[in-house]
Amino acid sequence: MSTRRTFIKQAGSITVGFSLLGPLACTTEAQNSAPIIPGGQVDENKIDAWIKLLDDGSIQVITGKMELGQGLSTAILQVAAEELNTPFEKLSLQLAETGVTPDEGITAGSRSMETSAMSVRQASACLREILLEKTAEKYANEIASLQVENGQVSGAGNTYSFKEILDGEQVEKSVFEPTEYYGKTRRKFVGQPLKRPDLEKMVRGEAFYVQDLRFPNMVHARVVRPPSYTASLKSIDDSGLADSPGYVKLVRSGSFLAVLAEKESQAVGLQRSVKGKVTWDTGQELKQADDLASFVKSLPSDTNVDEETGDWADAASGAAITLEATYAKPWVMHAANGPSCAVAIFEDDQLHIWSHSQGVYPLRETIANLVKLPQEKVHVKGVPGSGCYGHNAADDVAAEAALIAMEIPGRHVRLQWMREEEHGWEPYGTAMVMEHRAALDSNGKIQGWQYELWSDAHSTRPTSGDPANLLPGRYVEASFGTPGQGWRGGAIRNAPPIYQTDAFTLTSHIFEGPLRVSALRSLGAYANVFSIECFMDELAEKADVDVFTFRMNHLQDERAIACLERLQEMTQEVNPADNQGLGIGFARYKNSASYCAVAALVEVTDGNPVVKQMWGVIDAGECINPDGLKNQTEGGMIQSASWTLKEAVKWNDQHITSVDWQSYPMLRFKEVSIVEVEVIDRPELPPLGAGEAAQGPAAAAVVNGIYFATGKRVRILPVGRLG
Amino acid sequence: MKSISLTVNGTSQTLELDPGTPLLYVLREELELNGPKFGCGLQQCGACMVILDGKATPSCVLPVAAAEGKEVVTLEGLAKEDGTLHPVQQAFLDEQAAQCGYCLNGMVMHAVSVLDENPAAGEEEIREALDINICRCGTHSRILKAILKARKS
Ligand code: FES
Ligand code: FES
Repeated sequence: MSTRRTFIKQAGSITVGFSLLGPLACTTEAQNSAPIIPGGQVDENKIDAWIKLLDDGSIQVITGKMELGQGLSTAILQVAAEELNTPFEKLSLQLAETGVTPDEGITAGSRSMETSAMSVRQASACLREILLEKTAEKYANEIASLQVENGQVSGAGNTYSFKEILDGEQVEKSVFEPTEYYGKTRRKFVGQPLKRPDLEKMVRGEAFYVQDLRFPNMVHARVVRPPSYTASLKSIDDSGLADSPGYVKLVRSGSFLAVLAEKESQAVGLQRSVKGKVTWDTGQELKQADDLASFVKSLPSDTNVDEETGDWADAASGAAITLEATYAKPWVMHAANGPSCAVAIFEDDQLHIWSHSQGVYPLRETIANLVKLPQEKVHVKGVPGSGCYGHNAADDVAAEAALIAMEIPGRHVRLQWMREEEHGWEPYGTAMVMEHRAALDSNGKIQGWQYELWSDAHSTRPTSGDPANLLPGRYVEASFGTPGQGWRGGAIRNAPPIYQTDAFTLTSHIFEGPLRVSALRSLGAYANVFSIECFMDELAEKADVDVFTFRMNHLQDERAIACLERLQEMTQEVNPADNQGLGIGFARYKNSASYCAVAALVEVTDGNPVVKQMWGVIDAGECINPDGLKNQTEGGMIQSASWTLKEAVKWNDQHITSVDWQSYPMLRFKEVSIVEVEVIDRPELPPLGAGEAAQGPAAAAVVNGIYFATGKRVRILPVGRLG
Repeated sequence: MKSISLTVNGTSQTLELDPGTPLLYVLREELELNGPKFGCGLQQCGACMVILDGKATPSCVLPVAAAEGKEVVTLEGLAKEDGTLHPVQQAFLDEQAAQCGYCLNGMVMHAVSVLDENPAAGEEEIREALDINICRCGTHSRILKAILKARKS
């Protein structure tokens, strides 16, 4: 068995660089970390904001983004490895941390390759050119005879390490436009399916996740949840509590209540026993949704005409056929496999937080406002957690740990939510209703399309500094209230179809629903693309054209067509049996990012749909790591199949009743499909976000497959059992 | 408080603790192991699996007293002394069968135990057995490939 000391050592050397050296570690980081500028911002125009030489001669690559299981660490290391012609072993990676890394906002919207990776690429190429120049100057060499390789510069029979070239200096210059990007010209590392260095730590069970952090004298916290969103704490009978084993203290502020114990299992026990000792005012009843589509449409909403081109009346009047269909999707959860977790300590007037948040800087500002500390007194370090798929409870749990840590200065507080808290209290992806109407002419061309959708907001992230966006914000004494309506824009993501029509109208109705909501992977694109792509199949049938050709007849974008053609080739040999159907779905994410086409072979036995196999094609522009891109796309396809077939949040008049994996079923091994993904690599183009591209196309492929298998058109999700 | 003895990754341990403490907390907190993860605490997801007397078992509910005198192997205990990975671990690396990797402990431990019992286990048998193991990232297809591959080595 290892001693605490060896564990601390092991964990301290994690290449993603979180230091576990106890309380001091936050201010004097282990050698692999950069110094913290308290409360500060890092100047992202400087080369050394993105890449630095460490004292031990190794190279640190810096990103303001987070590893969420999407393989970002590997891709970012790859672009740096390429420009410096230096393998992974010589590189380490610093993930998002306030005062240490550039402020890159939120790791979301599949934007990390376009932003962070490109910044690292440019800074690394600049560093290479500076190193070559300095070597030439210092050792009187011709630049042309020098080359960078394996962490050193060589030429004319000599090699010079980066360290000796720089001789203790950092490259603090601003970035400039380098003369060459090896990532575009050489592609020795970039474009290769390099293995993820973090995966070995995972298979060995080394400390890797925020859940694995341990500090000497750390206490464990659990929050005692109200019976409903709007309940308030009336009273608590704390008699005898202090005698519970391991009891440390109760923390209460308004209706926010937490227990602290020496051991984790004791904190869990206390959470259970305190629950029975609290009296709550139950608050308002939650509205019930008997019929999803009519419930959603009955909620008060604001209406906006988002787009109006061409003349619908004209298009409709000349139509051979007009077709209408209403689709709907329910509230769906992120439901991370590992419940959200954070560690915090308040010491020497500084609050330190370790979090798997997607945005350490916005979180810092919002927590500072919540605990009433100036921003420079708060430090947030990003540490990977369980995959989150958007804005889940990561920020909430960090805020709660911070509130609790303020009440017990000098001790690290570890808080992890229990399963029923993760399921029952995270912000969900909202329900939506999608109504389509289109007019087809006698040649099977779409003349006009009207799309009307209903949706709640798709992001209530803590980006404005308002603590109402953090769950405890509403419960603390002097409540910050509930967040106003979040970001509306997510609802119309991918709402305009990629297909050409003479007339198009988009109307959105944004409501405030009964459940807490925020960003779930792909936001509104999942529902929009699902419905558009099912509707395209319905239209194709009316036009009596096969589903591939019908789509291609309405596309001009060659990359879109290439994706569909490749998918068609991949599935050419598939010969569905009688109870099987092959469906497809396609979209260009955000109509400006990756193209993704998906096919699903679905088998229906006794009303039970099972996806046997899925095929995907993705064009994400320049591909940094084909295997990483495939992995993410495969995952998106399977996850989307799970949402589509099985998932819906349920509640009663009090609160959420989907509180575990039985009351919120998801796709499991027995029914999961085999997936196969092909990448169309376009090295000459910029890389595009890809992590969310498959959600919509996969949903449509599955539902369209069900139609071909059974003749039943499912329009309301989840599919469940077919009647 | 009670004194409980069990073997963990080949080392015998005697611990003074509440015998009702779930084994998972004992492994993570007392023995500072990271392999077994808390996922649900309800025996519904498999994140916490360990091999108990040769069989993959969720450790999140099981009281440590029930493991008295038994042999527990965790993810950390699979590799050889010299660091060589178990064929199942190696296959997961080769197939890059993880995204966030939070489920990986349960997937690997369960696969090891299924293949120990039946080295020729087929795809159906593996799917059936691993049905308890949740992967929220949707890595199943790769995981299945990895396990089928490990079977050959
Ligand atoms: S944590 Fe034990 S089965 Fe889920
Ligand atoms: S890889 Fe994230 S839960 Fe399986």
